[in-house]
Amino acid sequence: MSGRRRLASLALHLALLAAAAATLFPLLWMVSASLMPAGETALGPRLVPSAPTLAHYRALLGRLHLLRSAANSAVLAVSVTAISLAVNSLAGYAFAKLRFAGRDALFRALLAAMVVPGQVAMLPLFLLLKSLGLVNSLWGVIVPGAASIFAIFLFRQYALSIPDSLLDAARVDGAGEARVYWSIALPACRPILVTLAVFTFMGTWNDFLWPLVVLSDADLQTLPVALANLAGEHVQDTELMMAGAVLTILPVVIVFVCLQRYYLRGLLGGAVKG
Amino acid sequence: MSVNRSPLAIGFAAPALALIAVFFALPVAASLLLSLTDFDIYAIGDPATLRFVGLANYAHLLRDPLFWTALANTATFVAVGGPLSIAVSLAAALAVHARLTRFRSVFRTVFFLPVVTTLVAVAVVWRVLYHPRVGVLNGALAALGIPPLDWLGDARLAMPALILMAVWKSFGFNMVIFLAGLQAIPERLYEAARIDGAGAAAQLRHVTLPALAPTLLFVAISTGIGSFQLFAEPYVMTAGGPSNRTLSIVLLMYREGFRWWNMGYAAAVAFVLFAILLAVTALLWRLRPREAGA
Repeated sequence: MSGRRRLASLALHLALLAAAAATLFPLLWMVSASLMPAGETALGPRLVPSAPTLAHYRALLGRLHLLRSAANSAVLAVSVTAISLAVNSLAGYAFAKLRFAGRDALFRALLAAMVVPGQVAMLPLFLLLKSLGLVNSLWGVIVPGAASIFAIFLFRQYALSIPDSLLDAARVDGAGEARVYWSIALPACRPILVTLAVFTFMGTWNDFLWPLVVLSDADLQTLPVALANLAGEHVQDTELMMAGAVLTILPVVIVFVCLQRYYLRGLLGGAVKG
Repeated sequence: MSVNRSPLAIGFAAPALALIAVFFALPVAASLLLSLTDFDIYAIGDPATLRFVGLANYAHLLRDPLFWTALANTATFVAVGGPLSIAVSLAAALAVHARLTRFRSVFRTVFFLPVVTTLVAVAVVWRVLYHPRVGVLNGALAALGIPPLDWLGDARLAMPALILMAVWKSFGFNMVIFLAGLQAIPERLYEAARIDGAGAAAQLRHVTLPALAPTLLFVAISTGIGSFQLFAEPYVMTAGGPSNRTLSIVLLMYREGFRWWNMGYAAAVAFVLFAILLAVTALLWRLRPREAGA
């Protein structure tokens, strides 16, 4: 390496390290503040706890029903993910590999519908769910969240790459259509299923506006809604709030770090082919 | 084969299509009707009080100073935050992609991390970082000899503060899209440029940026659409204040619809948001680079 090149490399890496430190800082500070004794953040800008303590985590999980909210969030994220994988993979497979009247027109209509922001549907959807008795029920989040045009689209794009000969061979062997889907198509689409699972899980876990509207009962609140309420009520208890923020973020960060390959593929599949 | 033409075929798509029809298409259509009524808290108890009011909600909206404030605030967030976020994303992508860079995947993961975090949770964290007296941000400014700023309490600073947080939260997303675009540029284009005597800056200007144009279009549209839906940041960090300077369109819709139950009026707000998104998307789409033969 020439001297000039070495200098350029040094400058580039210093800039990258500075940017990485700035990016991580709010998250690291959150963890650090969650370990500070109560009231320490009110004394002035502090970076590290004087005497690290897990008291706030204990308080959150015991006294303030946050465990309940965490369970709600987990139940919602897992059920939406499971149902979404089932219905969207069936639809994506049908649009990719089966023929039925109006298929292509229907698919184009679905793609066009993606420009409609979800907020437009929200008010009548609330009234509809209210009349069905699904407001203040976890089903009020699960049912409207199950089908996703984006998920159908991603699955279809992937399923298009399955050779028709593979499916036909199974049909010749006497397999019914359901069997072809279950035993041939689904296993071939495993990677995109993982991608969709990660997307749906994280999207449902992080969602705020709809759970805020539909699940107002204290016992049914999700973690982000409970945290927003906590932040409204306990403005002084900064360290407690930081512990709540850590508990809210931790599951999605773990899922992402373990499965980021799948997550990023889904993101790029949507971007490049979309 | 004829089996896959059987009536069974649409049965595979039916569950998803039925859910989309009932829980998305139907409400969207109903929303348009709702916006033409005076649906309010009384109508929830007794639908008989519901009246058709034509375009009165839209007329009211155009005369409502709060709507114009929300529109102006949201437009600021989109017009300043969007390009800023895209510029940071592009710079990060170029730095991570650079030939000299080592540990690329580590940097990529770190820059992407804020994207996956829960917006509400990081908004709570940033609210503390922005605290005028004990916030770490003002602590850092003090170390540089800059007097403390009331980030979220000052009417001029609150929106810039939300934008700064939003850029931090979102730039990793577009960075990953740009990285994919950069990887797709054929190496021979750079070789040809070098043979023509192009330096690093000229290569960036004449090879990299033109090749990224289609990616940029996708990024601009998706960032624009996402930014117009600003909600959780002002909800958690400023409650729309100070003096409504961070009130966004979706926050206005939420308040009117779900706090005051003025659902007819809120539906009109939602439809105006939809119309704006359509217009912006169409405008950006018209600006798309046209390739020969494409």
